[in-house]
Amino acid sequence: MKKLRTAVELEQLRARILSQRDPNRTCVVTSVGTCGLVRGSADVAQAIFKTVSDLGLKDSIEVRTTGCHGFCEIESVVVVYPERILYQKVTPADIPVIISESVIKNKIIKRLLYPDPSTGRKVIHEQDIPFYSKQNRLLLDSNRLIDPHKIEDYFAIGGYSALSKVLFDMQPEEVIAEIKKAGLRGRGGGGFPTARKWEACRNAPPSDGIRYVICNADEGDPGAYMDRSLLEGNPHSVIEGMIIGAYAIGSHRGYVYVRHEYPLAVANLSIALEQAREYGLLGENILRSGFDFDIKISRGGGAFICGESTALMASLEGKIGEPRPKHIHTAVSGLNGKPSNLNNVETWANVPLIINRGADWYSQIGTEGSKGTKIFSLVGKINNTGLVEVPMGITLREIIYDIGGGIPNGKRFKAVQTGGPSGGCIPESLTDLPVDFDRLTEAGSMMGSGGMIVMDEDTCMVDVARYFVKFLTEESCGKCAPCREGLDRMLDILTEITEGRGKEEDIELLEELGDVIKEASLCALGGTAPNPVLSTIRYFRDEYKAHIREKRCPASVCKALITFTIVEEKCTGCVVCARECPQGAISGEKKKLHTIDQEKCIKCGLCRDSCKFEAIIVS
Amino acid sequence: MKSDCEKVAAIVSRYSGNRDSLISILQDTQSEYHYLPEDGLRAIASQLDLPLIQVYGVATFFKAFSLKPRGEHIVSVCLGTACHVRRAPAVLDEIKRQLGMEPGETTKDMRFTLETVNCLGACALGPIVVVDGKYDGQMTPGKVKKVLRKYLRK
Repeated sequence: MKKLRTAVELEQLRARILSQRDPNRTCVVTSVGTCGLVRGSADVAQAIFKTVSDLGLKDSIEVRTTGCHGFCEIESVVVVYPERILYQKVTPADIPVIISESVIKNKIIKRLLYPDPSTGRKVIHEQDIPFYSKQNRLLLDSNRLIDPHKIEDYFAIGGYSALSKVLFDMQPEEVIAEIKKAGLRGRGGGGFPTARKWEACRNAPPSDGIRYVICNADEGDPGAYMDRSLLEGNPHSVIEGMIIGAYAIGSHRGYVYVRHEYPLAVANLSIALEQAREYGLLGENILRSGFDFDIKISRGGGAFICGESTALMASLEGKIGEPRPKHIHTAVSGLNGKPSNLNNVETWANVPLIINRGADWYSQIGTEGSKGTKIFSLVGKINNTGLVEVPMGITLREIIYDIGGGIPNGKRFKAVQTGGPSGGCIPESLTDLPVDFDRLTEAGSMMGSGGMIVMDEDTCMVDVARYFVKFLTEESCGKCAPCREGLDRMLDILTEITEGRGKEEDIELLEELGDVIKEASLCALGGTAPNPVLSTIRYFRDEYKAHIREKRCPASVCKALITFTIVEEKCTGCVVCARECPQGAISGEKKKLHTIDQEKCIKCGLCRDSCKFEAIIVS
Repeated sequence: MKSDCEKVAAIVSRYSGNRDSLISILQDTQSEYHYLPEDGLRAIASQLDLPLIQVYGVATFFKAFSLKPRGEHIVSVCLGTACHVRRAPAVLDEIKRQLGMEPGETTKDMRFTLETVNCLGACALGPIVVVDGKYDGQMTPGKVKKVLRKYLRK
């Protein structure tokens, strides 16, 4: 890799790379992002390399490993280019036949095709799969085209041309104006207008001229993993965005703060940074523009609170992640007391897109107050789990049913939780709500970082509220009393309710506590912590009442309020459940009705899982 | 396990003795010893010229760090929201029962340490259990025995 000395050299390199690539050349692509790896895609990739090599076809068949394609449900995925034939749930054993039949002989292997859930028909081409075709994948689509270990792949799709344009054709103020015109708002949860933050940081009183640009890759909301996917699959999009932002703000030092639980993102980002430096796109005098900038990676230590800007910066300084009140914003005084601009991974990734295609084009997408697309992680009780990139303003119903394919096993939709532990649950009656920053907040939830957890009739909403409060009591830094003491108290009350000891006045007490914690907490963790509780009380008050008055859990989840019984008509006396039961609580002779001893039963559910006749019910 | 003063010094110098890099220094020290030994913390405090309480504060604030020796195999159960909704607590209960311990504890023979984590970011494939960095997805209480057996046999 030779250092690029000018913008012209970058374009010459790009042209050279493109001239060496034949778009009609056969290429076998498989994704090795974290989701794929969980499903064994490392072995699938290995099998592809080996098979192609053994057949002596390394020169005619290209093999590419990429980051996450987004449709996690069907991993491991293999796509054959140029036709873009997609094979789902592939195992290493399938590879020889994929190579010999599909790649070499052009025969489609029907059993590995994805079936359209509404028609049952097999879909051949990747772009025709409804999950993908109904999205607007401005950011995520590039993941399938790039091997994150090869910067040349990023050059091939136009990478770093936005940086070139900014460094040589635009003044810093013009860059900020363009981002302002585009209407970009932060994608990490706050939704703050990005250009305004950049401006505040640029205009902050100069101390010694040191300003920092930081990428928040802490992604603490459980259920959200869009940032992981971008960092693993297309790290250069984030790097390029940060360099552009640094130029606009006047910063020469950047940090990417990555969550401890994302080792692959750290690894791929490190490789990308190294390659960018080798090409002279980071470091001193980038492309001979006179602009210096470099980025360091800092790893988190496993603390949700470090996703909060002031706590993150404290952690970057080697201190404990305790937030401070933001009377003075971090844009003015942040890391080491210097002006610091913090943006989320997805926010940074949007920057090259806006510069390349223009603010006018970008602002056509989305709604009046929320421009562009947003990536959501659609998970939980949903058929098509995965990452979904859609224009702001699309309805929840379209996301859940048209893209998500609805609820599995014929169950009824109950609620969708958005915004992580700071958000709330939105019921069926509001699924026609357009998804944008302001509308979700009105409904008692928030966009948050984009986690979208779908719940069905078997989910207990009181249990969900308790789950979030428990999570937050563990993650609270402990500095301020309303959050530290208030959440503990909320957890006590919710635990009593789920264990059948709830009292009539508990619901009002939770509402009162919630209001106080919201008003009086130091930071947004405490300030939004009551949201899951308050929104579930708002929309599912009946469930709370059933737990308190009738000591009944309508969804049959809360252990203290349920019993496992064997249905006489369905039991065949096969003895399987009795063998599985770890407490020896099931008795019965072979071929005769079995019974569960309720004194011994610990409600683990192993019997129900093992029964092939659906003879065990929970009530 | 006692820490080697030289090893710790080497780790600290990797970061040019920078106090800002305390968390990274602790992470590398934990990678070396599988936990943070007390005299390791003392050595770091001395070499960075920081009060021990500050190093101790950071080591106990972040969940990634353990001040107790950990077992040969680290079993991590994801309790993120998506996994929770798909019955991860039932999976955790079964693991607790099979290993006979609570999260945060290590078996007496030092073979297993059980931990919980609040989201690994592989939500589509939950509930997830990670053993020694190897992910097992779509776990159910019924599958726990099979997963643990692989490590019990070794």
